[in-house]
Amino acid sequence: MAKYILKRVLYMILTLFLIATFTFFLMKMLPGSPIASSPKLTHEQLAAVEAKYGLDKPLPVQYGIYMKKMVQLDFGVSYQFKGANVTELIINRAGPSFLLGIQALILGTIGGIILGMIAALRQNTVWDYGSTLIAIFGISIPSFVFASLLQYWIGVKGGFLPVGLWENGWQSSILPTIALAMGPLATSARFIRTEMIEVLGTDYITLAKAKGASGLEIAFKHAFRNALIPLITVMGPLAAGLVTGSLVVEQIFAIPGIGEQFVKAINSSDYSLIMGTTMFFSVLLILVIFIVDILYGIVDPRIRLTGGNK
Amino acid sequence: MEKILEVKNLELSFHTFAGEVKAIRGVNFDLKKGETLAIVGESGSGKSVTTKAIMRLLPESSSEFKNGQILFNGKDLTKLTDKEMQKIRGKDISMIFQDPMTSLNPTMTIGKQIMEPILKHQNVAKSEAQKMAIDLLKLVGMPQPEQRMKQYPHQFSGGQRQRIVIAIALACNPKILIADEPTTALDVTIQAQILELMKDLQKKIDTSIIFITHDLGVVANVADRVAVMYSGKIVEIGTVDEIFYNPQHPYTWGLLSSMPSLDVQEEKLYAIPGTPPDLLNPPKGDAFALRSEYAMQIDMEETPPFFKVSDTHYAATWLLHPDAPEVTPPATIIERMKRFPNSRYYESANGGILK
Ligand SMILES: Nc1ncnc2c1ncn2[C@@H]1O[C@H](COP(=O)(O)OP(=O)(O)O)[C@@H](O)[C@H]1O
Ligand SMILES: [Mg+2]
Repeated sequence: MAKYILKRVLYMILTLFLIATFTFFLMKMLPGSPIASSPKLTHEQLAAVEAKYGLDKPLPVQYGIYMKKMVQLDFGVSYQFKGANVTELIINRAGPSFLLGIQALILGTIGGIILGMIAALRQNTVWDYGSTLIAIFGISIPSFVFASLLQYWIGVKGGFLPVGLWENGWQSSILPTIALAMGPLATSARFIRTEMIEVLGTDYITLAKAKGASGLEIAFKHAFRNALIPLITVMGPLAAGLVTGSLVVEQIFAIPGIGEQFVKAINSSDYSLIMGTTMFFSVLLILVIFIVDILYGIVDPRIRLTGGNK
Repeated sequence: MEKILEVKNLELSFHTFAGEVKAIRGVNFDLKKGETLAIVGESGSGKSVTTKAIMRLLPESSSEFKNGQILFNGKDLTKLTDKEMQKIRGKDISMIFQDPMTSLNPTMTIGKQIMEPILKHQNVAKSEAQKMAIDLLKLVGMPQPEQRMKQYPHQFSGGQRQRIVIAIALACNPKILIADEPTTALDVTIQAQILELMKDLQKKIDTSIIFITHDLGVVANVADRVAVMYSGKIVEIGTVDEIFYNPQHPYTWGLLSSMPSLDVQEEKLYAIPGTPPDLLNPPKGDAFALRSEYAMQIDMEETPPFFKVSDTHYAATWLLHPDAPEVTPPATIIERMKRFPNSRYYESANGGILK
């Protein structure tokens, strides 16, 4: 186990290094610069500012400095927020984003599992069709449409819940969480339905019946855990979807989260903030994938986490 | 002897997109206390469906009992609710399946899987159930049972898994044990070991066994009686000796002729010509007639009833009708009949033909 984790950590560092390198050069290839968007500067002033931020040095040198600082978790200062420290900017914004992300992930997977189980156990009944319908909506309608619909019908028209912002405590998180959760909910509902139906047809389920197990015991003691395994493999992509979803949903609900800040950073070519946020998201996703793999080993005894030789 | 199970006129169909598959078309047999009844027949003849019908393990949505009864302890199993059936499954009647690689739950320890029917049907504490499970593993010859309780199916070989499945089936001392081709999926050497175990268990427990196989070679070793099944019907039933040494149905002749024998060095193994009939449109009369060189006109028109050969031996073939012409069975069958005292080809010890 220790050997396996060490190996995984090394791979994670390598992945992060590659991501950092790619984003750095990609960004340098983007047209525009944070300074060029201020037309009032003279040539001398421009040169002075570029020198101050190290933008006058040759590219490889800039890259070297950037990587060295990153190892120390220093992503430099933001161009846009008057020299604020990027690491601090991200940390200050993390709260709402984390709350939304985790709530959406929990609501999405657990809701999806319940929906999928109902559909599989009540196959070809109204329950099944209803859950399928919800799943189709969830998959085909993008989260920003849900966000806008929820905002309009429940926030504006209904007036039950805040329309946006982050000023009413937990209540403010409800609508954006639902909007974000629809995608993962639909995906997991489909997955669980398909897997449950497949598992219910296996020999070991017939054997469980032959032992005298009841319908509920079959579904929950025998089938559920086996049906869950494939869902765990898509948890990584689901979490990644939440990150991209949050960019839009935070924007629509004007939530002071990382996503909303990230969009602003991109619009004003705030290099260091973009890089910092990208690295932050990368670390997050790599950690999620790592946790998912560990979970996989817990749920499926056939996966042995011992250096990967079985 | 006391009958423990009686299957009477059982007819069962599957409803499929192609139409009604008449998988069981009037099956009659009984099972006596403590005996082992073998059901033999080509694949597709309805052996598994018959036993799954007894256990009520067929998909409720697509299968339908058309006629008949399955009497167990005076109760007709075809009429029980699912709840009532759950009390019988695993306790009074249990089952061993063909493929041990897929019949255990991959995410549950084998200890839990063996303890499940014990906890379900017997009023015992968990620690007691654990002890019973370990004893069962010992009974089926699993070394180091205590340690192995905590392991998962993938940590066992195919033969060991079948032992575990057998342990599960025996957990509640069932009155009937159904073994559906329990060795077919295993390597030859492992097959022999599992058969040895089954025979050993026969002596230790007084459970009645229904042993399904398509391999007649296995039958002589384990069974007391044999039922020969063909396209959803039993065509001949009798004691092992009666079926092996005085067979009456041409299909039984075919099965026996296609069995590799040790004493006769045949160049090529006999194979019954043709294929079993389509159960979507079962033929009229004797379903085997189309493949049989002994078929008569009446075989194409009317279903033969069971003719009595002895108190224990019945065969459904028009050849046994008093008016039927006498036919000569294949040479290998005559060789067999020569050794059976009541057959028409019996040769007494001094070599003379009696009849
Ligand atoms: N669930 C099912 N739906 C439709 N037909 C089935 C089903 N199960 C079995 N059958 C048909 O019933 C017949 C008997 O099958 P089976 O009892 O499995 O044969 P075997 O003697 O090899 O065990 C076959 O023709 C098979 O195609
Ligand atoms: Mg079968």
